[in-house]
Amino acid sequence: MDTKEAGIKVSDLNFYYDKFRALKNINLDIPGGGITALIGPSGCGKSTLIRLFNRMSDLVPKTRAEGKIILDGQNILEPSLDVVKLRRKVGMVFQKPNPFPKTIYQNIAYGLEIGGNKDKGFIRHKVEDSLKKAALWDDVKDRLHQSALGMSGGQQQRLCIARALAVDPKVILFDEPCASLDPISTARIEELMLGLKRNYTIIIVTHNMQQAARTSDYTAFMYLGELIEFGKTDRIFTVPREKKTEEYLSGRFG
Amino acid sequence: MKNKIIQNTAFTLIALTMLATLFFLASIIYFAAARGLPALSWEFITEVPRNGMTEGGVAPAIAGTFYLTMGAVLFAFPLGVACAVYLQEYSPKGYIVNIIRMGINNLAGVPSVVFGLFGLAVFVKFFGFGVSILSGSLTLGILILPGIISASQEALMAVPLSFREASLAMGATQWQTIRGITLPAALPGILTGLIISIGRAAGETAPILFTAATLYRKGYPTSIFSEVMALPYHIYALMSEGVNPQKQTAIAYGCALILIVLVGLMSSLAIIIRNKYRSVYGH
Repeated sequence: MDTKEAGIKVSDLNFYYDKFRALKNINLDIPGGGITALIGPSGCGKSTLIRLFNRMSDLVPKTRAEGKIILDGQNILEPSLDVVKLRRKVGMVFQKPNPFPKTIYQNIAYGLEIGGNKDKGFIRHKVEDSLKKAALWDDVKDRLHQSALGMSGGQQQRLCIARALAVDPKVILFDEPCASLDPISTARIEELMLGLKRNYTIIIVTHNMQQAARTSDYTAFMYLGELIEFGKTDRIFTVPREKKTEEYLSGRFG
Repeated sequence: MKNKIIQNTAFTLIALTMLATLFFLASIIYFAAARGLPALSWEFITEVPRNGMTEGGVAPAIAGTFYLTMGAVLFAFPLGVACAVYLQEYSPKGYIVNIIRMGINNLAGVPSVVFGLFGLAVFVKFFGFGVSILSGSLTLGILILPGIISASQEALMAVPLSFREASLAMGATQWQTIRGITLPAALPGILTGLIISIGRAAGETAPILFTAATLYRKGYPTSIFSEVMALPYHIYALMSEGVNPQKQTAIAYGCALILIVLVGLMSSLAIIIRNKYRSVYGH
């Protein structure tokens, strides 16, 4: 699958937490490659949407999805879908850095090992390669076999990115990846995302409008479970078509 | 100023209770050591008892307690951890699990002599294992099972959800997540439960009274179907029967000291493993 093909097409998507309708008739065509930002006030459904893209939504009991999400020619909402395969194709970086309580090396190797890869040489190569892609290699190359929990928050988050990269995903989901980081660490993560977008489809949920403007190529604005507006980031931030978008971007609510 | 006085008073009181606890602990060890040490000798820990248990050593009882404790751990540890994993990670949360959990906690409060009677009825008689290491180990195992389950469940519960999420989002199955992430992260807490259980299993008298222990045995046990001597029962017997109380009391204190040391040695094995895990996986 080429990166250009790794787009995600959402059609007529509804999602329910028990009786609460969290997503309402979402239609969205996320292009392959590049960075798409999902913005909107708390509770607008952006995190719910991003967690459907790798079916982490399955972990919440009593939920139900209607409609289609097509990735790579396949409806990923099919109940028969192998979520293990899907999640290897669609990686995720969480709001709080969550490296495993293992060594730095083991953190990266984990994804390959659970995939059944036993080739030590290949794993070693992949660990180095992923850490380099995540701009972390120089920081940690001398302490690969120390606990990952001893790293700074920003380093831990880059380790989580490296961990996701190690299994060669096509899409990487970032769920507010800088929410708990300082401005310098945030800048490094953003720089990293810009470097990765050539080879991966990146979707980021963020509360930080400047971050969306700085990093993304496309922006989707959501409000109360509905997709209000979607388009090129430049256009959305300069000439929003919807009144709600303009109000949100100018800080009148949210 | 007034708040400061209240604070200082509170701190002093708390420090005093700590000292009181320490005092009891220290006096137990002091008395066991002071009265037990004179009885100790190389002969005492390597020889069999002689002359109506007033001379010689207690080696068979040391071996018996070691076998019984290890047997109980081998039986109860895997079973208890597996049960905790099921209850914590797999079973749907709700009514039935709460009842099971309540049952397990109640089991922990059952007097140990009841376990002894149960062991006699089930392992000794029904399964026909006789009065043996096997029956005693199984009985002790059931005795420590609730503790191991509770400790393991607490330890699993303390593993942050974010670790499980990260693993599942990597494309791990639930079983891979439990094996590779959740259990290793919970292991230090699980081992703490095991350490407490080792002490409990080694020290209990009532559960082995009808299922494993014998007052005197020529030489060492030869198989898991042998009766054994055991330190706690030996102490009980020395203090309640026999014709030479003076000599017997000295030996009983010697046994008590050895029991403490033996529990310490077996626990330290678990402590070493726990610390190794903490140093690799902790901060």
